[in-house]
Amino acid sequence: MQATHIILPLIVAVFVAAGASLLGSFAILKRMSLVGDALSHVAMPGIALALIFKLNPFIGAVVFLFIAVIGIWIIEYRSALSLDTIVGVFFTASLALGALIMPEHDLIETLFGNITSLSVAESVVSIVLSLTLIAVIFALHRKLALNMVSQDIAQSIGIRNKRLEFIFLLSFALAVALGIRFVGALLMGSLVIIPAASAKNVARSLMSFMLGSMAFGMFAAATGIFVAYRYALTPGPVFIIISTLIFITTIMIRQFREA
Amino acid sequence: MSILEVRKLSVEFGHNRVLEDINFEVERGAVLAIIGPNGAGKTVLLKSLIGLLPYNGVVQWAPDVRIGYVPQRMDIETDVPLTVREFFGLRGGGLTPDRIREVLEFVQLDEHILNAGLGEISIGQRQRVLVAWSVIGSPDVLLFDEPTADIDVTGQESIYKMLYHLQKNLGLTIILVSHDLNVVYRHATSVLCLNRSKLCFGVPREVLSSEQLLSLYGGEKAFFEHKHD
Repeated sequence: MQATHIILPLIVAVFVAAGASLLGSFAILKRMSLVGDALSHVAMPGIALALIFKLNPFIGAVVFLFIAVIGIWIIEYRSALSLDTIVGVFFTASLALGALIMPEHDLIETLFGNITSLSVAESVVSIVLSLTLIAVIFALHRKLALNMVSQDIAQSIGIRNKRLEFIFLLSFALAVALGIRFVGALLMGSLVIIPAASAKNVARSLMSFMLGSMAFGMFAAATGIFVAYRYALTPGPVFIIISTLIFITTIMIRQFREA
Repeated sequence: MSILEVRKLSVEFGHNRVLEDINFEVERGAVLAIIGPNGAGKTVLLKSLIGLLPYNGVVQWAPDVRIGYVPQRMDIETDVPLTVREFFGLRGGGLTPDRIREVLEFVQLDEHILNAGLGEISIGQRQRVLVAWSVIGSPDVLLFDEPTADIDVTGQESIYKMLYHLQKNLGLTIILVSHDLNVVYRHATSVLCLNRSKLCFGVPREVLSSEQLLSLYGGEKAFFEHKHD
């Protein structure tokens, strides 16, 4: 890989990580850490089918994610079964199914991502959709925060919680579809959660939490792509390792403050 | 003139009937205390009144009435990254610092609390913040669900004082769930005794007879009798 070839992936990774980490800050507050893993697993069979039928894998992922989001939403409101149980059973099964039908030479890339394989058009679409995701979360952040603090209070001033949660799940699906090319289906949940978890360790206000999460995600993405290029590694796992180092640092800062 | 009229209200969770055939009216400017043992459906009643729960029957508010709601508890972690100032900001709309100062004064909280985290202030302080939060919307009615535990008696006493202060100064109608009969005797203009169905309704001193309390709470009446002044 030549040095100029990493510029586009680097830009895409920074935007995708910004969107996913910002979304992650609310996923953490709503205790929905598991949903990221679940959705990335659901995307697997979609990607596999798209590859088999020579379609863009992004489209396959989006279709399957959309179906999964409707499923999750219905389960949460209409079923007595615990969301954790459903997610644990069916979404892992879809990972297994995806792994079985996935063309073998695409399997590793789908599991661990490879952002350097994106075309220019795909890169542009990824950046635009990431910006859309960021705009949606910023536009809804007050309502999302109030919904997290107390659904009753939110509803009492006219916020429609169910609709809001559906939009949030759709945003979640979009973040997963975007991020899966970067870090892969196995690590996608971490792209959403680790930067936000790190920011929560050090942030006291909502705004610093949201911006901190984005900053950690963007920093880890940029350094991740750079380190991966320098040492010829897969970017996704490098991103996760760097994010984890940031997380450990924030824990130490928190301990130090509380001491 | 009544601000709220409730007729034949019932609420079911699955096959479990939590409230049954509740009828009452609330006058404008009144203080209605809802009392009853644990599991009587007090919180459910409050939530049904503002449509947070599905119900059968009629809940009729006066036209254009604005309602503030203070829930019994919030499910937040102590390290939730949200300051009290930001919590006020979640209401949206043009909320000026002066308006925030004004409502904080109503609930007798110091301005310093704005920089504290919503999860790290005491439960009593958080209740005041919640009351202030709903007062910002200039409500006509305040629905206040008293927390069952976690709050000391003196703290609770001063919250009631603050509530009645609000009622007098802002002309609010207050509907509150209470566990403290002492408070009900002293401040409420009417009382609703609840245990799935309505057991009594009226002026506290008239309806809160020993027999009523006995049928409401079972054998606990002796505990209450020596409490009222």
